[in-house]
Amino acid sequence: MTGQIGTPQAWPAASGGTAEPGGDVLLHVTGLVRHFPVTRGLVFRQKVGAVRAVDGIDLSVSKGQTLGLVGESGCGKTTTGRLLARLDEPTSGRIVIDGHDVTHLRPGRMRPLRREIQMIFQDPYSSLNPRHTVGAIVGAPFRLQKIKPPGGIKRSVQELLELVGLNPEHYNRYPHEFSGGQRQRIGIARTLALRPKLIVADEPVSALDVSIQAQVVNLLEDLQDELGLTYVVIAHDLSVVRHISDRVAVMYLGKIVETAGRDELYAKPRHPYTVALLSAVPKPEPVTSASGERQRQERIRLEGDVPSPLRPPPACRFHTRCWKAQEICRMQEPPLAELVPGHQVACHFPENT
Amino acid sequence: MVFILIIVAAITFAIFFLLPRLAGETAYGLATQYVGRNPTPAAVVSMEHQLGLDQPVYVQFGRFLWAIVAGEHYNGAWCGPPCLGYSFKNQQPVWPQLVSDIPVTFSLMIGAAVIWLIAGVTIGVISALKRGTIFDRFSMTIALLGVSLPIFFTGLIALELFSYKWPIFPNVQYVPFTQNPYEWAKNLVLPWLVLAFLYAALYARLTRAGMLETMNEDYIRTARAKGLPERTVILKHALRAALTPIVTIFGLDIGLLLGGAIITEYTFSLHGLGLFTIEAIDNQDFPEIMGVTLLACFFIVIANLIVDILYAVLDPRVRY
Amino acid sequence: MAPLLEVRDLRIDFPTDDGLVKAVDGVSFSLDRGRTLGIVGESGSGKSVTSLGIMGLHHGTKAQITGEIRLDGEELAHADPARVRELRGAKMAMIFQDPLSSLHPFYKVGDQIVEAYRIHHRKATGKQARQHAVDMLGRVGIPQPAVRAEDYPHQFSGGMRQRVMIAMALCNDPELLIADEPTTALDVTVQAQILDLISDLQAEFGSAVIIITHDLGVVAELADDILVMYAGRAAEYGAGTGIFGQPGHPYTWGLLASMPRLDRERQTRLVPIPGTPPSLIRVPPGCPFHPRCRYTALTGGRCPTEVPVLREAVTPGHAAACHLTVAQKAREWAALSADQVPADAGEPEARQSVPQGGAES
Repeated sequence: MTGQIGTPQAWPAASGGTAEPGGDVLLHVTGLVRHFPVTRGLVFRQKVGAVRAVDGIDLSVSKGQTLGLVGESGCGKTTTGRLLARLDEPTSGRIVIDGHDVTHLRPGRMRPLRREIQMIFQDPYSSLNPRHTVGAIVGAPFRLQKIKPPGGIKRSVQELLELVGLNPEHYNRYPHEFSGGQRQRIGIARTLALRPKLIVADEPVSALDVSIQAQVVNLLEDLQDELGLTYVVIAHDLSVVRHISDRVAVMYLGKIVETAGRDELYAKPRHPYTVALLSAVPKPEPVTSASGERQRQERIRLEGDVPSPLRPPPACRFHTRCWKAQEICRMQEPPLAELVPGHQVACHFPENT
Repeated sequence: MVFILIIVAAITFAIFFLLPRLAGETAYGLATQYVGRNPTPAAVVSMEHQLGLDQPVYVQFGRFLWAIVAGEHYNGAWCGPPCLGYSFKNQQPVWPQLVSDIPVTFSLMIGAAVIWLIAGVTIGVISALKRGTIFDRFSMTIALLGVSLPIFFTGLIALELFSYKWPIFPNVQYVPFTQNPYEWAKNLVLPWLVLAFLYAALYARLTRAGMLETMNEDYIRTARAKGLPERTVILKHALRAALTPIVTIFGLDIGLLLGGAIITEYTFSLHGLGLFTIEAIDNQDFPEIMGVTLLACFFIVIANLIVDILYAVLDPRVRY
Repeated sequence: MAPLLEVRDLRIDFPTDDGLVKAVDGVSFSLDRGRTLGIVGESGSGKSVTSLGIMGLHHGTKAQITGEIRLDGEELAHADPARVRELRGAKMAMIFQDPLSSLHPFYKVGDQIVEAYRIHHRKATGKQARQHAVDMLGRVGIPQPAVRAEDYPHQFSGGMRQRVMIAMALCNDPELLIADEPTTALDVTVQAQILDLISDLQAEFGSAVIIITHDLGVVAELADDILVMYAGRAAEYGAGTGIFGQPGHPYTWGLLASMPRLDRERQTRLVPIPGTPPSLIRVPPGCPFHPRCRYTALTGGRCPTEVPVLREAVTPGHAAACHLTVAQKAREWAALSADQVPADAGEPEARQSVPQGGAES
């Protein structure tokens, strides 16, 4: 299907700073930080601390590729997703998309950009307005950006519905008439309306049944092939991330602890946290001992809970739960170093070397 | 809190002292009201000076505030703190009049409050548990009536039926508690019921809605899964959670009522703060209006404060 | 020795304005002491409704229950609700998915456990109950249990809260513990801790455990036997090793094939189950799975008309409700396992003639 939707708007002038080397890289993020201040006092608010949700991360994604961002709750991946889609403003750092610095653009300047970056949300039940028809929901981006596609908005909407595997005749139905998986498809159709370059998907399948997850994962992959999309997929399900990503970054307490190509990361994880994370996933294969008795899986057991992002541990943030922690881990923060080309780890004593 | 009271005082002050000026009233004219019969110009001027009406407004305001705290000399008499001025009508200090009316309002409020809380919550809980049944529909219809019918209507009907037609409560008048508790209660039953009808209706609906929501919560399922008897589940688990917003509203309602249930008091001729207010407005008696407004405001602010603290006590999630 | 729990032909229906919802439609299974049964299914499969039925938690709702539930020989489905209430929390206990909403936010954690204990041990003093509560908190791995017993649920992290729930469920030493999606709301590292805890405590207390989940990995780890439910019915039932080794129902195949797996080579494409789970008001005739099944052509038209009965599947001691013969199953599963993607898996799902389901979850 043809993709011309109006004429592409001119990019807003970059707000200071030189453009990053473009080439193949669509998204380039350096030193991204987002702190949420915590205040005390009723009348005169004093800042007593900050939740360091994202505490200095670097990312880059090439055109047509998928970056998977994994981590557990409190690691900052959802906040990162919102920053990338510019639904939130970073405390510091730079976000460069297609060579243009978008870090601190004001809303007016940001609006034309919203065509290029879109977000898929986690909960298909709350991310669609129940009072709007499907046609209105998917057609909204056109109206909001004042774009008239050739053939009219309705036609484009129906084409989008077909593209995601829905019946275009359901144009006038309401979200509650659809199942969870179908609603997620509606959300995806809406995201694709203006042919964005970059899509940030925040847990796109975790709210769906297992049998539907595969359908939506396949759909996302097909769309990427067909339309040349670039994805940043945020998820906690390591198996889904492995399936869909080209590169993977692992986050812990606001920092990236390891990033590598997909196969490399899953075959040879180097950061102890990644190793523990992978070993914690229960495998759908019963383990039996020699006598045929069912056994528990061998795994690395991490002690305790994730520390609060209000007071992350000093130096290496993982040292409180790491079985290899030494003195240096408590004193000096390990930098994200490239041990093997394309594979970076932030650890003083990486595994699997 | 003091801040709020000052603001309210300032606004009231502005309304009653500036607006008349804008309408053409002068300090002289105001002072005339204070002098009483046959005001001679000299007496008026002297009163004008004594009351400080010839001073700029902010000075007058300052004097007023100071008088509340420290009292002041007035017309040859000493008006002790809190001095809220002198009534135009009867030349008496306002504050003692208010104080004598407070018990009436308080009696009216406390009886009605107890009745409406118990009745409203009980009916609300039962309606929620028996949702959709005749009881539920019936009680919610009555509740709708209670909320929609104005108090002067229900009050007058009550009087007509229970005081005149069937002399169950003939000749309602206020008897102080200290004088005769039985008579006190007997005379107040009708106004209690009339006032409580409105609020009980409201609280029944609120409680019902709150219970319906709470009964669907996961922790109710857990409570049942523990094997707790249904009564414990309803009272200790569901109602406890549903009551939190209701208790806070209760506190606010009491605060409001302490300023005087104007219509109820008027209907039953109970001389509380509400009736005081109506009479003061009728007589355009500025100091009295000022005094009762400030007092009512004081009660509301206190009630708000207590309610905020109460919420933290009731809901541990707010505390920690 | 007789099994601890026996469920026979359990049916639970809910009359609604839209029609009769057949949430559980003839399910039978049994569980021995000290063993673990995993009930696997997606939303609408009836797995939660079944467990609530065992606990007697449908009492007072519009649910219509037929069939038999026997706990230690005693019939529960039609017993006096007061009797079932006596057993709830004492002989059989349950933990739920979201520990934050499942614990009362206004009462301290220690008090909630004390309440669970005292309702079944009326002679215990306050002090004894309190001590027991603190003990239980310690046994589930909560550090400084005496101090933390004075805290409220929102002051705990997700994993700790679930431990509190487990402590509360086990405080009366139940013989049967039902865990309904106990780790779905938790991070994967915490999930591993909780699953370990359940496993260890089961060994320590000797309880039988029913674990309800949609996660095949969890079930593979913990369950001795597995019941796969679909549309309120049993699709497959048997020993875990048998079901994973040689699954005998196309739905199970679908679940296994559509999951991306860490322990296998990466497939180039997932093989999803086409269509959506059916409405429980209008369950498809014959085999409820037939509209989504790729293999209906192989049974000579029986699938849309004849309801399949649970019968022996590929391995002994393991039954599946499917019309395919043992030989057919073995062959198709072998093909699927060898990553031979079926012909229609490449097409977008809308092209297939499956009914577009309405929202029923």
